[in-house]
Amino acid sequence: MDPSPSNLMDFERPLAELYRKIEDLRKISASGSIDLSQEIKMLEKRIEHMKRDIFAGLSPIQVVQIARHAQRPTTLDYLNEIFEDFIELHGDRCYGDDPAMVGGLARIEGRKAVVIGHQKGKTTKENLARNFGMAHPEGYRKAMRLMRMAERFGKPVITFVDTPGAYPGIGAEERGQAEAIASNLRDMSEIEVPILVIITGEGGSGGALGIGVGNRVLMQEFAIYSVISPEGCASILFRDAKRSAEAASAMKITSRDLLGLGVIDEIIKEPAGGAHNDPKQAMRNVKAAILKHLGQMEKMSAAEIVEDRLSKFRRMGEFTES
Amino acid sequence: MEYKAEKLDIPGDLWVKCYKCGNAIYNKDLMLHQKVCPKCGYHFKLTFSERVGTLADEGTFQETASNIRSRDFLSFIDSSPYSRRLESSAKKSGLSEAIIIGGCRIGGREVSLGVMDFSFMGGSMGSVVGERVTRMIEHAIERKVPAVTVTASGGARMQEGIMSLMQMAKTSGALARLRAAALPHICVLTDPTTGGTTASYAMLGDINIAEPGALIGFAGPRVIEQTIRQKLPSGFQRSEYLLEHGMVDMVVERKDLKDTLVKIIDFFGK
Repeated sequence: MDPSPSNLMDFERPLAELYRKIEDLRKISASGSIDLSQEIKMLEKRIEHMKRDIFAGLSPIQVVQIARHAQRPTTLDYLNEIFEDFIELHGDRCYGDDPAMVGGLARIEGRKAVVIGHQKGKTTKENLARNFGMAHPEGYRKAMRLMRMAERFGKPVITFVDTPGAYPGIGAEERGQAEAIASNLRDMSEIEVPILVIITGEGGSGGALGIGVGNRVLMQEFAIYSVISPEGCASILFRDAKRSAEAASAMKITSRDLLGLGVIDEIIKEPAGGAHNDPKQAMRNVKAAILKHLGQMEKMSAAEIVEDRLSKFRRMGEFTES
Repeated sequence: MEYKAEKLDIPGDLWVKCYKCGNAIYNKDLMLHQKVCPKCGYHFKLTFSERVGTLADEGTFQETASNIRSRDFLSFIDSSPYSRRLESSAKKSGLSEAIIIGGCRIGGREVSLGVMDFSFMGGSMGSVVGERVTRMIEHAIERKVPAVTVTASGGARMQEGIMSLMQMAKTSGALARLRAAALPHICVLTDPTTGGTTASYAMLGDINIAEPGALIGFAGPRVIEQTIRQKLPSGFQRSEYLLEHGMVDMVVERKDLKDTLVKIIDFFGK
């Protein structure tokens, strides 16, 4: 499960040398008759300690790096790993099919659910095909089509949020990016089945919220959720995109900050080193959270579900009233 | 409080230069035309009180939720602290926030009205804007009257971080309730309306009306140009372009706006 040094983020560099040492010892072990397994074990322990220390004191911009890590599990990884019998569905029935937004029918431990999520790629080629997880209006409309279907058949909706933002392009504007997101915000408010939202990577602004209006909003430990990217905020407010670290701190975008602000309901623990470091464990944690929350919402009536979701977002806001 | 069209104010004294055609316009002439250039039809931005003066029946506007105020809960500092920005914006605009809401009559018909003003922090939507829009819609439901929104906004207010994003969900949820109550939302989109405001209540009118030449979009033109690395077509994201692409019901000149609203309100009324 150890990441290759090329996958390490800059703040993980101290680990690189230890990984290299282990590699050397392994080679020696394999080639000769000397047993170095004890030494290797010790080094591995040191790595674990170091990792825990590093990941306990991450700065917000370092969390951003983890949230954007190319090897971070994607929506389809979750669908293949923790769900069974996934049937992918395509198209918005108006214009096209958006590869940056996937969705379909799935089961999790026997429970049925309609699952929807942004889809990023892991390689440049995949990312070009997936538009880096930036959906067009047809993506949001496909998502709503599937949610309405879930509602008709009384199945809960689970969404995975991981996008830099809704795509800002000519076609997206012409086909009503703003209208598509706005309609989703309104219509998700009135959907009569439970909606469980999990922010797994980048929760990029309106593009994230467009599938993010849930009865429960959960967030992985090293995911981020923000109104604008740290780079965007820095370039507008600080007039310098390089000051993104400051912007990341100022905007309060980490899971712990957002739990404190009451914007999310729960943090899903990630393995030390981030979800990409031990995807199986990360996905098991997500699965447990899904089962817990689906179970809790099972007994609610349609009216209760709608009221619960509406009042949750109705309460959001920080102001004084004299 | 009373707002009159005669109180229209424009920077400068007797003459104003039109942003679009560049002609000098006699200030009084511009006022007579509700701040629309008599030469080229360019629609200047209206302040809150000017807009109320052009739409509400004289003396009928009653402001509500005037006592809710933004709070610098993130202790946000860019080039100046958010709390100071709020103060200076209030001083500059003479307003308590980027939207003022209340009840009024339009051509004798009672409505719940929200009017945004771009001069207060670029009409950005933070918690107070979101809360006021929501209450404006709730008042419409309580009193069984139409909700009318006039938008002018650069989008979400970054100084309130994620909480500004949440206002999009809150206001859209309120509109779901309005829809369930079978009451109309009429949205008048004015220059400019972009970002999170467009991607929530501004695009959710049962009837969307745009003023001529207004910039209306999700992403700002500069962001799009930087992303696609090409020049944008002329007229892109302007009202007429949105009409052509099916995003607004009509483009209405300011002088006809009130009459149009009255007809629409009448259609939906009993």
